[in-house]
This record gives sequence, C-alpha cells and structure tokens, in this order.
Amino acid sequence: MSKQPVVIVGSGLAGYTVAREFRKLDKDTPVVILSQDHGGFYSKPMLSNAFAQKKTADTLLVKDAATMASDTNAEVRANVTVTAITPKLKQITVNGETLQYSKLVLALGADTIKLPLQGEGADAVLSVNDLDDYRHFRDVVEGKKSVAILGAGLIGCEFANDLVGSGYKVDVIDLAPQLLGRLLPAESAAFIQSKLEGEGIVFHLSTTTQTIEKAGTQYRLKMANGASILADVVLSAVGLKPRTSLVAAAGINTNRGIIVNKLLQTSVEDVYALGDCAEVEGRVLPFVMPIMQAARALASTLAGNPTAVKYPAMPVAVKTPACPTVVSPPDAGSQGEWKVEGGVEGVKALFHHKDGQLLGFALMGAAVSEKSQLTQQLPAMI
Amino acid sequence: MKVWQCLVCSFVYDEAKGDPEHGIKPGTKWEDVPFDWSCPDCGVAKSDFEMVEIKS
Repeated sequence: MSKQPVVIVGSGLAGYTVAREFRKLDKDTPVVILSQDHGGFYSKPMLSNAFAQKKTADTLLVKDAATMASDTNAEVRANVTVTAITPKLKQITVNGETLQYSKLVLALGADTIKLPLQGEGADAVLSVNDLDDYRHFRDVVEGKKSVAILGAGLIGCEFANDLVGSGYKVDVIDLAPQLLGRLLPAESAAFIQSKLEGEGIVFHLSTTTQTIEKAGTQYRLKMANGASILADVVLSAVGLKPRTSLVAAAGINTNRGIIVNKLLQTSVEDVYALGDCAEVEGRVLPFVMPIMQAARALASTLAGNPTAVKYPAMPVAVKTPACPTVVSPPDAGSQGEWKVEGGVEGVKALFHHKDGQLLGFALMGAAVSEKSQLTQQLPAMI
Repeated sequence: MKVWQCLVCSFVYDEAKGDPEHGIKPGTKWEDVPFDWSCPDCGVAKSDFEMVEIKS
C-alpha cells in the first residue's frame, strides 16, 4: 500500500512554510495542500501597506499555485472546500470526496471580526484578509477620495497610514480610548496618534460606529457619541477570529483557537494546527514570526522527530511610516508596569516585572534602533 | 545601491543603510549579505525566501 499523504489544509504562510520545511527533511512522503482560494503565495502583512507602493493584487502575488506545487513537490488543490474531518478514519471530506491522510495539518487562518452594524450601508463594509479581498478593495477605492476605517489596532493604523499617504482622506473610529490598545501604554499611543494626525488622519476614539446609511454615492457613519462622518468607502479592521467551526464539529478541542500543545498536536491523534487558527499553550499570536517558529518545529515532528515549538521574544513591527514602531508586548497576565521615556524624536516604553526583569517594550521613532539590544534581554515565552 | 523587500513580511533592506544592528555594514549589496542572515522582522532566512528588488 502506498504511503498516505500528509494533508495540509490552508495555503497561507503557515501551510506553505510547513510544506517547504517538511520537504527539506522528507523528500518522499506525498504532501497534499488544500486551498480555499487560488493557492498562490503572497505576503499577507504587505496587504496593509501596499497601496502607497502602488502594488496591485497581481504584483503582490509572489508565486502561483503551480509554482508552489513544484517548489514543494506537493499536490496543490486550489479553490476547494473542506467540509468535514473524520479523525477516527483519518479522513477529510474535500468538495464532497473523501481524502485519507497520515497526518493532518490545520493551517486554516482566521476570519475578520464583523461589528454588528445597522443601516442599509452596513453590507458595503469591506475588510481585507486575503489577496482577493485586496484586489476587490483596490477596485472599490479607485477614484474615490475618502475612507473610514473601523478599528485603530495594528491593521487599522497601517491601512490609515498607507491610504493617507496615497492621497485619501482618512477617518479612524475605535471603541478604545487609544490607538493600538492591546499593544501600547497610553503615552506611547499618544505619540503615534500625534504623528498619524500630522499626516492628516482624523481619529474618533472612545466611540463606536452604530449605523451606516447611504448618502448619495457616499456613506454616513453614525457613532455612539452622536457624531457622524461621511466617507466614500468603509473598511473594517477590528480584529481576527481563529477559524475553528470545522474543527469543533469534528470533536477536536477548541477555545479561542484550536487548542494545541507545544508539539502543535490537537486533542486528536495525528491532527496538528498552527498559525492564526491555533492556540498554542493558551496563546493566539497572528504574526509572522510565531508562524515561522511553529512551521519549523512541526515539519520536524511530521518527519518523525518530535520537536516542541519554541517562542523566543518576538517583536512585531507596526508598518506606519509616519511613526516607525516596534512592539514586544508583555505576555497576557504579566505582573509589572510600563515606564515611558519620551522625547520629540521618539518614545521608549519598557515593561518591567517588579524584580527588574524586562518583559516587554514599545519603541517608536528614533528609539526603534534599540530593538535588537532590548530583545536580547527579554525572556522566551515558551 | 538597490532596495529590496522581504517577500514574507515586507521588511525593506536598503543596501545603502545595510543592517548595522545585525552586523551588516551600510553599503552591503544584497548578494553579499551572508546566507545565514535572517530578516529582522520575520526571521525568514535569506536562503528560504529571496527578497525582491523594489528600487534600483
């Protein structure tokens, strides 16, 4: 009997990196990669800062599915849907057909969170979570003048900077009293806010959009604080939700994400998960560096050498050219406090435990140059 | 001097600036960056995903 394939569900950075790393260790075992879209490879982080560089969806596509298949010596099935996982039989259902696996890797990604909005314009709210979304978004904003962005987190701020730099009038609305609420202390948030306001971006904080009405060719956003704004296009960037429903239906344990241990094993034998869909030892980290760490460890495990994933300190760059920023937020629940040193040139915020151990940082402007030196002082997460 | 961009995370490598924090002197051409250098933003090794030229 020929060897059953390693089946990877998902063709994003997580799925393809596992395939590439696995091939370095195992040249023979068949690999099947299932994609719900075109299956091409592109840089997802680039989607929120590609506009000012005038990149189109076509120029962002690095390699198409056929090239990725040949590079990884895998079978890539594009535009397919997985409707069921049957761990007991080591089977999944793809476009109605049964596929056997030896090991199953779930690299499903995450969906954008949608705010509950009223009004006839609510359906016109866009989000950009993949290359096809980006293509659609570019088509829609072409020739328009203003964009309202829901959410002042990492993606919202990056899009705001990118669009204002391309000549759009940009409003950003967020329920939090500050920008990048999950990543920054208030003083640092005030600094980046002032830099982005200097570019012309208008922030509406501590409020939320309730209703979006049509107003001629535009949309009127009515906010909870009673104010309203007009915009040609509305873009939502309020966060991501790991894709778990298919997995939960198969009886695999989920919480915020698909629950996995350090070996990236789910609660079911021979089924693994990584990337934006996974919750590794309680952490959902939808960033590039954790994906790379997980992909390397998992490839090794799949090749027969069980390897625990290691998370060193993994700083995240916020791609806002108006205010270069790099953050390494303290682990959730860390005891300690922020200390912020600010100036005109930049802001350095350090989060220390009371015993003096550095646990996180947020660097802006000139302070970004201290990233490497400070990263070395941070403890590993797992 | 050329400018390159990481295909994975969009980090920009400017040959004129180099990456002095990681031992790459200003003026180092991309082809002269060592093979074990990895992208400071995403950790992808030079040998895995080549950077693309965005400005020459």
